[in-house]
Amino acid sequence: MFAYIVRRLIYAIPILVGVNLLTFTLFFVVNSPDDMAASQLGDKYVTPEAIENWKQKNGYDKPLFLNPDAAGVAQITDTIFFDKSVRLFAFDFGRSESGRDITTDVATRMWPSLAVALPTFLVGIGVNICVALMVVMFRGTRLDRGAVFVFVALMSISYLFYIIGGQFLVAKTWRLVPISGFHTEGQVWKFLILPVLVGVVAGIGAGARWYRTLFLEEANQDYVRTARAKGCSELSILFRHILPNALIPILTGVVVLIPSLFMGSLLIESFFGIPGLGSYMLDAINSQDFAIVRSMVFIGSILYIIGLLLTDISYTWADPRVRLS
Amino acid sequence: MKPVILWSDALIFLLVISLALFFWRLRRDPQTRERWAEVFSSRLGMVAFTVIAAYIMVALLDSLHFRRALENPESLATEEVFYDNKVTSVFDVLTGGMGERFERTYSAPFALLSFEKENIKDADGRDIRDFPPLRHAGQHLSHPDERAADILGKSVRALLWGLLLCALVITPQWLLLRGSRFPWLASWTTQAVILCSAVWMVSLSRHYHILGTDQGGADVLFQSLKGIRTGVLLGTLATLVMLPIAVTLGVMAGYFKGWVDDVVQYLYTTLSSIPGILLIAASVLLFQVYIDLNPDFFAVGMEKADAKFIALCFILGVTSWSTLCRLIRAETLKISQLGYVQAAHAFGVSHTRILGRHVLPNVVHIILITFVLDFSALVLAEAVLSYIGVGVDPSMGSWGNMINGARSELSREPTIWWTLTGAFFFMFVLVLAANLFSDLVRDAFDPRTSLRRASA
Amino acid sequence: MLSRLAAPRTRAALLLIGATLLAGCTDGPWNNPNPDSPPGLVTYQSVMTPLPPKHLDPALSYAADESLFLMQIYEPPMGYHYLKRPYELLPLGVEDFPEITYINAEGEIIDPQAEDVAYSVYELTVRADARYQPHPAFALDDRGAPRYLFKDASESRPYRQISDFPELGSRPVAANDYVYAIKRLADPFNASPMLGFMAQYIVGMEDFSARLKDVPRDGWVNLDDYRMDGLEVVDDRTFRITIKGRYPQFSYWLAMHFFSPIAPEVDRFFHNPGFLDRNLTLDWWPVGSGPFMMVKNDPNSEIVLERNPNFREDYFPTEGAPGDAEQGLLEDAGKRLPLIDRAVFRLEKEVLSLWTKFLQGYYDRSGESHGNTNRVFDQAFVVGPNGVELGAELASHGITVSPDVKPAIYYYGFNMRDPVLGGYTEERRKLRRALQIAFDTEEYLKIFYKGNGIPAQSPIPPGIPGFVEGEAGINPYVYDWVDGAPKRKSIEHAKQLLTEAGYPNGRDARTGEPLKIFIDVQSQAISSTSMNWMDRAFGRIGVQVEYRPADWNRTREKLLTGNTQIFSHGWLADYPDPENFLFLLYGPESPLICNCDGANNASYERPEYDDLFRQMRVLPAGEERDALVARMVDLYREDAVWLYGFYPKDIYLNNPWVHNNKRHGISKNTLKYVRIDDDLRERKREEWNQPVIWPLYAMSALLVALLLPGIIAYRRRLRATARQ
Repeated sequence: MFAYIVRRLIYAIPILVGVNLLTFTLFFVVNSPDDMAASQLGDKYVTPEAIENWKQKNGYDKPLFLNPDAAGVAQITDTIFFDKSVRLFAFDFGRSESGRDITTDVATRMWPSLAVALPTFLVGIGVNICVALMVVMFRGTRLDRGAVFVFVALMSISYLFYIIGGQFLVAKTWRLVPISGFHTEGQVWKFLILPVLVGVVAGIGAGARWYRTLFLEEANQDYVRTARAKGCSELSILFRHILPNALIPILTGVVVLIPSLFMGSLLIESFFGIPGLGSYMLDAINSQDFAIVRSMVFIGSILYIIGLLLTDISYTWADPRVRLS
Repeated sequence: MKPVILWSDALIFLLVISLALFFWRLRRDPQTRERWAEVFSSRLGMVAFTVIAAYIMVALLDSLHFRRALENPESLATEEVFYDNKVTSVFDVLTGGMGERFERTYSAPFALLSFEKENIKDADGRDIRDFPPLRHAGQHLSHPDERAADILGKSVRALLWGLLLCALVITPQWLLLRGSRFPWLASWTTQAVILCSAVWMVSLSRHYHILGTDQGGADVLFQSLKGIRTGVLLGTLATLVMLPIAVTLGVMAGYFKGWVDDVVQYLYTTLSSIPGILLIAASVLLFQVYIDLNPDFFAVGMEKADAKFIALCFILGVTSWSTLCRLIRAETLKISQLGYVQAAHAFGVSHTRILGRHVLPNVVHIILITFVLDFSALVLAEAVLSYIGVGVDPSMGSWGNMINGARSELSREPTIWWTLTGAFFFMFVLVLAANLFSDLVRDAFDPRTSLRRASA
Repeated sequence: MLSRLAAPRTRAALLLIGATLLAGCTDGPWNNPNPDSPPGLVTYQSVMTPLPPKHLDPALSYAADESLFLMQIYEPPMGYHYLKRPYELLPLGVEDFPEITYINAEGEIIDPQAEDVAYSVYELTVRADARYQPHPAFALDDRGAPRYLFKDASESRPYRQISDFPELGSRPVAANDYVYAIKRLADPFNASPMLGFMAQYIVGMEDFSARLKDVPRDGWVNLDDYRMDGLEVVDDRTFRITIKGRYPQFSYWLAMHFFSPIAPEVDRFFHNPGFLDRNLTLDWWPVGSGPFMMVKNDPNSEIVLERNPNFREDYFPTEGAPGDAEQGLLEDAGKRLPLIDRAVFRLEKEVLSLWTKFLQGYYDRSGESHGNTNRVFDQAFVVGPNGVELGAELASHGITVSPDVKPAIYYYGFNMRDPVLGGYTEERRKLRRALQIAFDTEEYLKIFYKGNGIPAQSPIPPGIPGFVEGEAGINPYVYDWVDGAPKRKSIEHAKQLLTEAGYPNGRDARTGEPLKIFIDVQSQAISSTSMNWMDRAFGRIGVQVEYRPADWNRTREKLLTGNTQIFSHGWLADYPDPENFLFLLYGPESPLICNCDGANNASYERPEYDDLFRQMRVLPAGEERDALVARMVDLYREDAVWLYGFYPKDIYLNNPWVHNNKRHGISKNTLKYVRIDDDLRERKREEWNQPVIWPLYAMSALLVALLLPGIIAYRRRLRATARQ
């Protein structure tokens, strides 16, 4: 097991290098270091010297990928790419183009992201399972078909409408909760109610429908028929037999999402003014802050890889027959 | 008149034609026929399919572009014909100039007066502030009070025309398909509803703005209808664009294994590990730069917007490519273990032949399921991308752009709700139909579900 | 059985509702988004939008929303009178206006009127009562050495925020601090946006900058060790700045935050090892002598300012512009400033939230550096014949309005080197004028800016000398004076001009090809609705429009290379002087000529204009100068250099408890004048934010309604199975 994890982590290195290479290429085709300097320096009186100074200060005055002037290995190491990406592997994200320390920002912004994403995730699973169980109880009836239709309809509404609608009704018209904002002094929860509510409601359609399929799959298994033949009550079949068995695919299915909870939700965070990593990323895209984008891509990739790893591990845990090798 | 064929026009027609051919060929395969029959034997499937077909029809009509010829002034000796810079589509013509009746600014659905007060002169020539009458709404009314009766009368007349049109369209179908085992009645009902509302919309829009107008005074209903083409094209082209890469790589990885497999796996893991939104944003910006640097490639602005749109489709395709690739790889792995493939190997059949004969036909169902499943997700994604600012070009009407522009309108007093409603309705209907249809398709084609049904 | 399943959820829901109700009973409205402010302190609640400031180092920052903070914390040498219009320059951080001596190339003092002025020397004396805010950088230990100087990063690790330093100190502002600040502008390592521009004027700045380039950077470099020729510290409170030639506008520059004093020990403090990694930098923690000091800087959510206890004695002005007294702007005359204790600026990105919170009373004003009213909340008010009229809801809230005409202009310029539209022949002028007439600026502003803008008749906005009101001030090529108001010339006239220019009905008279114009726009700054509108506007004279949207970097590139036909641009003045606007048309400022980031993006070159500009630049205000300015404006109109232009007007809304809301178009240090009626605010908030409870009951009822039939149906089914 341990060896497997180590091997997978080593396998992650070339992936991360590839990710870096790709982000670098994409961003530097769009923005030359000169462009970056110009947009950081403002609109007025930007002189070539100022641009040179900025590039030197921020370490963008070297060649991108290959330094023909240097000798030997330095041809590769004395470049922007090498400089900037090697640091990432040491989890030193450096400074954003506007001069802030990214590691500090990521560390502080992670918590608001989690504060929203984790409750949404957990409450969401809980609600979805409850709803799906209720629907499964009526499987094969008109109620079941109607519910599935409602699920599909809920799925077909754009996320933006859930957010806009939620804010408009709950916060603006009914004045039940603050419309947006986040601060840690005092009652944090009152800022979380609406985003979590919106997140959960928006997820019911897809979630409950999926869980219903899983439950149904179990319900059609032989052991369920045996149990029913044995004379078990409907409810005990549902809770003793179907639910525990269906939990395994649910678990292995959602475990891949857990690490990405740290990244937060782009839309929820920017609409509700939550200072998390999702809105950090959006701001970085809008202001074309390459240093932040680079770091976020890196973090995102690592979390994704961890998610894959967790999924594999959860399989062995759920099903002892699976061995990792 | 000079036809204009945009890249996306060409691609969508190509797609439709190839799909038609594909199904024509598949017709002979009894198993596939059986499965499709299953999809269409449910009334829901029929209705969903009809709705999707209607949307696709609108998209296709809206993809027939041309530029109008300009009349040469008499004084000019030249015989050369010049064309309007504006690109028009057949759909624009069919809507009877719905999109050409502009107001000054906002107006509510079916309103006769503008939404905002203005300095106007009253009957006595004094300056007053009041809501000015609209230019293209209720012009024929002698008194504003007649509006309700007029709308009702015109609706009834429109419905009658609509029913006539339905009769024309549905009767031949009825003659042809009578006694078929499929629930055609459901489809005909849907067709009737769609046709009647289309006739109603076009005829009433001559006298009113059915969904009001937006800030610049443009008709909201028309914008929502124009969003159809963008939505449908994005949903289909993005998958189409990625299909060749995903299938080739997936099949190769699963079939050749070894280092090919390693490389392909590395590729898709790397791509899918990058947060999608960042990848999309970066690539869209990248393409924007390319367009800016090569403005001469594009004769009219529409072509520029279109190139950007194709690029967006491509990028969306690339980001969602890895899932399909992984599925195909796994399936191919399974197939290549099968006895008859092994046997073909033993007989020295060439790789290309094995791939074409045995492997490819057996992964088609995966492609199909992905195609339908991704469709609705892509349509929804467009709205989010517009919010982030990396969506389709603002000059190209899309629901995402409408939502994004109208976001702040809800905060007005009184609330301006019609832009959001228009976009919401048309988007919701399409996505709902697509989702329902994809459910049925998956149920019919997914071996797991069909297996389950067999055992149950 | 099912009820057992459902019960915990219902109970949880009830609990949640109960908790909300309880919370509601204890501390005010449920939807209060602001944390409780310290009791006894009057806190001003405001907003920063849509992005937090990026730089708060006065040498680095060059943006209005950053200036908003800097100008509360720092006091540059000069400032402006809060109420008087036209803008009046006043000494702020110094005792008096600068004393200017002129010298010739030989270094002899000469008459100010003399021809051969080579240098001007500005002598300034720092206020005796100016003192820095309490700050750890000034804290000394028992032996008089700085308290917080660390040898390595591990020593400084426990300190994460400025509030983590227990010991504080302060000292009076010294002349050397001003000199040090100018040296910081010159230090290439700081990459100040002012360096290139100021080096043209301040003697020795370029040299200084070049010398410092090679100084190794490991920690703090004491700029006091390096001499700059143009700077001289005379004594503790007096210093001199020498600039090249004559540059009367320099006094205005002294009113900008770039010239605020920076104490060297503060600079040294922030160069402590390890500080950079915790964002402890001068760029995030400004330290000044102004009315406020920064106590919290969390750019992700809020910035908090607090009254600077060491702020000098400063009083509310006792006289203002005509009409100010009637508006109650002199009610606080003679009171000690600042009038509030704290100011909280919250980050708000979404307009719906911003407006909802403002209307709920949680933000005191609608915005700081922007009123946020133009595009977002325009339905709230209309600009009628008698000024701004509020919508019903806002009027019932008692909201007041303060308009603000910034010394700024937005315009679409022609590229004067363009083969189709550019050039100086009479035909081309007519062509451009036809386009000018076709672009109905009044209508455009009405639709897209809610009437909040003034169509530009010249490059000089109102409030700046050289702006002429009334009939004399209209552009006679585009407007007629009818019934006491400017009236745009008719479309027929434009068509006529177009015909004379060789494009009858928008078609080239020789080839018949339709005239197509290309507009370069910034993709973020334009909407499809406004593009449609322009299409129609030019369509009226048969001209077709093609847009070339691009992001800011690409647009900038196009402007620098002159690769445009019609471009959009804007200019916000640094100081209230016509020179700052007329140089937008000065030939040598063209990016194609100076090979720099010049401001004359139209590449307008007319020798007469350039001559006039050079004369005007060095003249003191007066009739002679006004005549030159008028002539230059005439030339601009004759050549029709810009397609259209307008002076943006901004409207700020203020909740009824905020007083002294007059906007100063240029200066940002107006927070100290703001007064808040705290009791009224509490009352109104309570009144406006009564929650609507029925949806909660309705939702609970709905939940039950959904569950009940389920339970019943289930029971029935169970019985049915049992019977089988």
